[in-house]
Amino acid sequence: MTEIRPEAVGVSIENLSLSFGDTEVLKGVNLQIEAGEFFTFLGPSGSGKSTLLRAIAGFGPTPGGRILIGADDVTRQSPWTRNVGMVFQSYALWPHMSVRKNVAFGLEERRVGTKEIRARVDEALDLVGLLDLAERRPSQLSGGQQQRVALARTIVVEPRVLLLDEPLSNLDANLRIQMRRDILDLQRKLKLTTIFVTHDQEEANTTSDRIAVLDKGIIQQVGAPIHLYDEPANRFVADFLGTANLLDGRIEKDVFMADEGVSFPLPGNERNEGPATAMIRPQDLIIRSMDANEKGGTVLFGEVRHREFLGNLIRYAVGVGDNVILVDDSHSAGRRTFAVGDDVALSLNSKQVRVLTE
Amino acid sequence: MLNSFSRRNWSVNALALFIGLFLFVFLIVPVAKVIYVAFQDPNTGALTLINFVDFFNTSLFQESFVNSFYVAGMSVLLASVIAIPLAYFTTRFNFGGAVLIQTLGIVPLIMPPFVGAVAMLLLFGDNGSVNLLLDEWFGFTIPFMKGLNGVILVEAIHYFPFILINLSAALLNIDRAMEESAQNLGASGIRLFRRIVFPLAMPGYVAGASIVFLKVFDDLGTPLLLNINNMLAPQAYLRISSIGISDPMGYVISVILVAFSLFSLWVSFLALKGKDYSTVQKGGGGLMRRDLRAWEKIGCYAVVILILVMVLSPHLGLALLSFGTVWSFSVLPDAFTFAHYENMFRSAGPYISNTLLYAGLAAFIDIILGTAIAYLVWRTGVLGRKWLDYIAMGALAVPGVVLGIGYLRTFVEFNVPIIDKPLASWWVIIVIAIAIRRLPYALRACVAALQQVNIMLEEAAENLGATKSRTVRRIVVPLMTSGILAGFVTSFATASVELSATIMLVSAESDAPLAYGIYEFMQSAAGRGPGAALGIIAVLIVGVATYVSHRVIERTEKKRSSGGISVAEGAGTAL
Repeated sequence: MTEIRPEAVGVSIENLSLSFGDTEVLKGVNLQIEAGEFFTFLGPSGSGKSTLLRAIAGFGPTPGGRILIGADDVTRQSPWTRNVGMVFQSYALWPHMSVRKNVAFGLEERRVGTKEIRARVDEALDLVGLLDLAERRPSQLSGGQQQRVALARTIVVEPRVLLLDEPLSNLDANLRIQMRRDILDLQRKLKLTTIFVTHDQEEANTTSDRIAVLDKGIIQQVGAPIHLYDEPANRFVADFLGTANLLDGRIEKDVFMADEGVSFPLPGNERNEGPATAMIRPQDLIIRSMDANEKGGTVLFGEVRHREFLGNLIRYAVGVGDNVILVDDSHSAGRRTFAVGDDVALSLNSKQVRVLTE
Repeated sequence: MLNSFSRRNWSVNALALFIGLFLFVFLIVPVAKVIYVAFQDPNTGALTLINFVDFFNTSLFQESFVNSFYVAGMSVLLASVIAIPLAYFTTRFNFGGAVLIQTLGIVPLIMPPFVGAVAMLLLFGDNGSVNLLLDEWFGFTIPFMKGLNGVILVEAIHYFPFILINLSAALLNIDRAMEESAQNLGASGIRLFRRIVFPLAMPGYVAGASIVFLKVFDDLGTPLLLNINNMLAPQAYLRISSIGISDPMGYVISVILVAFSLFSLWVSFLALKGKDYSTVQKGGGGLMRRDLRAWEKIGCYAVVILILVMVLSPHLGLALLSFGTVWSFSVLPDAFTFAHYENMFRSAGPYISNTLLYAGLAAFIDIILGTAIAYLVWRTGVLGRKWLDYIAMGALAVPGVVLGIGYLRTFVEFNVPIIDKPLASWWVIIVIAIAIRRLPYALRACVAALQQVNIMLEEAAENLGATKSRTVRRIVVPLMTSGILAGFVTSFATASVELSATIMLVSAESDAPLAYGIYEFMQSAAGRGPGAALGIIAVLIVGVATYVSHRVIERTEKKRSSGGISVAEGAGTAL
């Protein structure tokens, strides 16, 4: 199975727009997904990520713009001619067919010979470790097993692209981690261009080569997971991936002045003056008591308003001027903690401040 | 690739057009014709209201109008008296009689009301068994079957299940938490019932009650067999069959019947509209049940058994009649014999085979149309697809008498080529009439079946290379099988005892179905025994069909139960 894959192909999405009635769900999406890549559409519900995936498979209204699979323009093709494999969120296993019949379906539709069907179905079921359950009905399988059948059913037809629509959302937490590793292993083994849809940033971060963050039908940013986290392009990405302190203010002569009286210098290059937002990740701030020695850098003074103990860290909400800034302090036994009402100093390495201009 | 789209559109449009044409010719045109004739001056052909003026100036028609209303209203009342306690007992108490009541809910429906009417006369009539006993023991009699009372009693016993089923469903759909949160906020007893339980159950009751009203208002067979002619449906039939097809009064009555049928459907629609009170959450379900005290239990059983006896009495009477020799002025027949069955089988064979043929064909047409309409409406974007649904459902508002009159009037001039006689007197027209009459039931069954097929199951097939038509054949239809089958059996069972449209369309004895045969037999005192025997056959056909469908559906459900659920759960979180 490993070597019989056709050459992996990329997917190009050019200025794709789509509406349900008066509601614009996709507003001019442009994307280039590379051959063999594990690519993720990440976004909150209603962001258009599932709609985009379904458009690639050919479901939903015919979109404006173009979708190319390899060099093949599929925008107006029927779903059954596209040869893109989709794993549905609900698995969509046919309850009136056995596991084997489910997996064989696509090959039968392709008029593959009976002998070959049997061999390839066996191979696919073996790949997902369910060969011994081939004669069962879907209703006799657990959720994780159903998920594997859905995967086998899709990959057995050797699709040009594998589409996964929130495939893990119906599994419990432990199984989800296991399945996500298995899916990634399978993808690497088959060298199959894969598009994964999820609203879960952890799932996206752990599996993806690259992620496209969607909101309100628009691609907010595309990039590798670490890049998106470290260099978010805008407030939405900064906030959606991890936790971020976002301070509104303006830049004047290499100094960021927050609206509420906090200010700190910005290092390095020339910056455009004018309104801006500064992003600071909570773990990039160091919390200290007021009397501790200060070692350079920027220091903000404030008072602890709330704290949450999260096990490996404590998250403090510190009032600085009229802003509330979140600070993560890693926790281990015996380490000093602060109480609500304590006056504290926050020190900040200004290299870790990101300035967002939208 | 555009090709595959346009080809598909072409075939789907052709299908929609064909169905639309069928409904137009066999439903809309005949009904429109009836309405048109009602407003037409019989002599000049000009449009006029004179027929309606004549109608309301004739004392017989005034009386018929009032009687039909009275009978329909009282039947709803009596049916409610029977159904409400049963629904309440099963949903409110931990009561062993629940199974008994569920059976009660089906038993009456497996016998057309007119079949039991004569038997009821012998049991509850002036000289019937019950009154003979009452007179002997207590010296008085009760006029159960006197005049309109008889129609009311027979209809109520036959149609109360519609209220029972709808009301029980509504009560079962009330989440326990609805009641508990009301109690938590201080409501209890009567106030709790009045403010929470009653309003939540009301739509179900009204929907059931308006169906009973409609059915009784339109029923022809029961009054005819009980020899009550001063009601609307019998008058329409008698005018057309005795005076002739050009008499305008039959058409006027038809318009009135249609108007009131539409009205009661509209009431039922209003009752349910926007009130999908399906409040049951996961794990909950139904009202709080409580255990009964011993004396309460006895009371409950007494009520249930009394009702059971009432409900079974037509069947019991019919059986006695079919096996009895002479049964007149006596509590039970004088002696028992198989002679009626021999007699019946000698002469009634064609009735039975005609029925099986007609009902089978009609039910087959219904599921084909039902599946096609369901698919067109819910899975395609064909222009006007909703109208197919509306028109097909509109058949509910057309009483059998009206459809029969419409067919006679419309198709009498249309000669069928090869056999060279009018379509109106060809047996096929009976099949079509029955098919149109039963289409709403089959259609609802097919729609329900289609809605249970998650659309993702279809998308998955298309994604793996199956075209729309292949998907329909390999995924949609197999998954709809049990629902379609249920639709077939419902159509078949009810079609096999259809009387009101067929009685107008039967042109030769040899073409007549079973229901017509029973009616013919029952006309003479000597024919009652064989007629009752034929009635028993009808009950058996309907009963067996119902039982078989239950078994088949149960089996299919069991085979794939949990699979359906897991898909359904997934769908909840999709999109």
